Amino acid sequence: MRLRDELEGIYAILLKDLKAYYLKPPNISWGILFPIVLALAFTLRNPRGLRDLAPGLVAMAALFGTTSMEAIVVTFEKRVGALERLYMAPLTYASILLAKVLGGAVFGGFISAVMTLLCVTLLGMHISHPLLYVGGLALSLIALSSLGSLIAFSVREVFEAQTFSNYFRFPMIFLCGVFIPVGSLPLPLRVVAYMLPLTYTVELLRASTLSPSTCPLLDLAILILFSTVFLLLTHRAMGRAYG
Amino acid sequence: MDSIIVEGLTKYYGDLCAVDHVSFTVDAGEVFGYLGPNGAGKTTTIRMLTGLTRPSEGRAWVAGYDVLNETLEVKRRIGVVPEASNLYDELTVWENLEFISRLYHVPRAERRRRIRELLKLFDLWDRRNTRFRRLSRGLKRRAVLAAALINDPEILFLDEPTTGLDVVSARSLRGLVNRLRGMGKTIFLTTHYIEEADQLCDRVAIIVRGRIRVIDTPENLKLRAGVKSILEVELSDSPPEELLEKLGGLGELEVEGRQLRVHTDDPQMLLRILTEEVGRSGLALLSLRGRSPTLEDAFIKLTGLSPEVMRREKGV
Repeated sequence: MRLRDELEGIYAILLKDLKAYYLKPPNISWGILFPIVLALAFTLRNPRGLRDLAPGLVAMAALFGTTSMEAIVVTFEKRVGALERLYMAPLTYASILLAKVLGGAVFGGFISAVMTLLCVTLLGMHISHPLLYVGGLALSLIALSSLGSLIAFSVREVFEAQTFSNYFRFPMIFLCGVFIPVGSLPLPLRVVAYMLPLTYTVELLRASTLSPSTCPLLDLAILILFSTVFLLLTHRAMGRAYG
Repeated sequence: MDSIIVEGLTKYYGDLCAVDHVSFTVDAGEVFGYLGPNGAGKTTTIRMLTGLTRPSEGRAWVAGYDVLNETLEVKRRIGVVPEASNLYDELTVWENLEFISRLYHVPRAERRRRIRELLKLFDLWDRRNTRFRRLSRGLKRRAVLAAALINDPEILFLDEPTTGLDVVSARSLRGLVNRLRGMGKTIFLTTHYIEEADQLCDRVAIIVRGRIRVIDTPENLKLRAGVKSILEVELSDSPPEELLEKLGGLGELEVEGRQLRVHTDDPQMLLRILTEEVGRSGLALLSLRGRSPTLEDAFIKLTGLSPEVMRREKGV
């Protein structure tokens, strides 16, 4: 009964967030345009070798899709007191957090799906292991969305959330192996790269579209670890606000 | 039977003691007012009782459950109207209530019926498809009150429900609170409007700087404060010294030109003196008004605070 109540609450918050925020026409247009512009920019810059770059483009779409809107949604709701409406309800903080993370993951999944479609149809990306691709992408969306929620629940204002998100997003883009292979980075940067979840997203997507370079199971396990750590830290941040 | 039991509830924010060891009980079906100026600790108390803030010290039971260790059970049995109307701007009134009903696990079969009933009770049926952000302040408060009742709670917490409303909307909302009292709900109401507490509450706690000064019925508070009946007299000319001396013997006397205000517990004697002395000095009695002491008079006596200060603090 209790579990069913919690699941019903998660579902209700997810639906509400999708309806009230994520699936608004400007966000849907951004969700479609962002991958197109990103893919076009790389196509014009370097028409060759795009098949190698394609998994990286999907990873970037996942990163921006999950973290951008989620940070706005959570900090906006905090600002106007609407988040407190959720705290008033007979739901655990864990359920509220999971609902928020799922909202970001679903929106990120939508943008990643558009990017995947573009990469397959225009750039000739071939998904050799669809299950690994979908599973790896889903896990990455959860990990990245959990990171987004950690930032959003730890700050007060929308602009703070955006600024902090960028502190994580831009180093991740440059160090995750999309542009420069992680193996060829200097040792200190390589260490940093392996501390970033996007590195494992790129490895997983590469493994499912090209030939696996590392064991995908390890990447999956590390992404689960990242998700768990981010969720626990966010839960603690929510508890501190209660105290 | 007690719906709310509070024992030594305390909240510190750093060095600041926002609520200082408050203790009280609220009976089932009672409307309990928590009256005090801005920053007195009213909202912090509500937040602790509704599981939104962890108390630093003390304990509280709401609907028989410990607010600290059985928070979810407490939340299932209460409805909260926060000071801010915090429903979702982008959703319609119906969608908002539907969402809240899911959060409170209202069975699917009952959901539509309950929403329909509440929208009709609060005269929001015609606005059910209007987005929340397009409602007036008064209608927003009604929608928030409807949302707080979606789970048919035993206890309703109302935090400054009429703040910022125009006179008509505030009166209408007070009427609704009275109807809820008729439905047997226990209501915990914080307000800085003294007349609101006087009109609505069975008992009132006056809280100043985190401490409860006094708890009693509005009538008993007036008696305890020793507030007397007030008679306002208007004469045709300035009153002679002899009249003032005699009236001064009855109680506190205020004189403003031709107008007199006497605080007395012997209005009959006042009338006798007036009829005798006014006729003797050749003056005419233009008007005579009596008014019963209000909770505001008692509040001033008991706290030494001016109600004007409370109104100014809230910016209303």
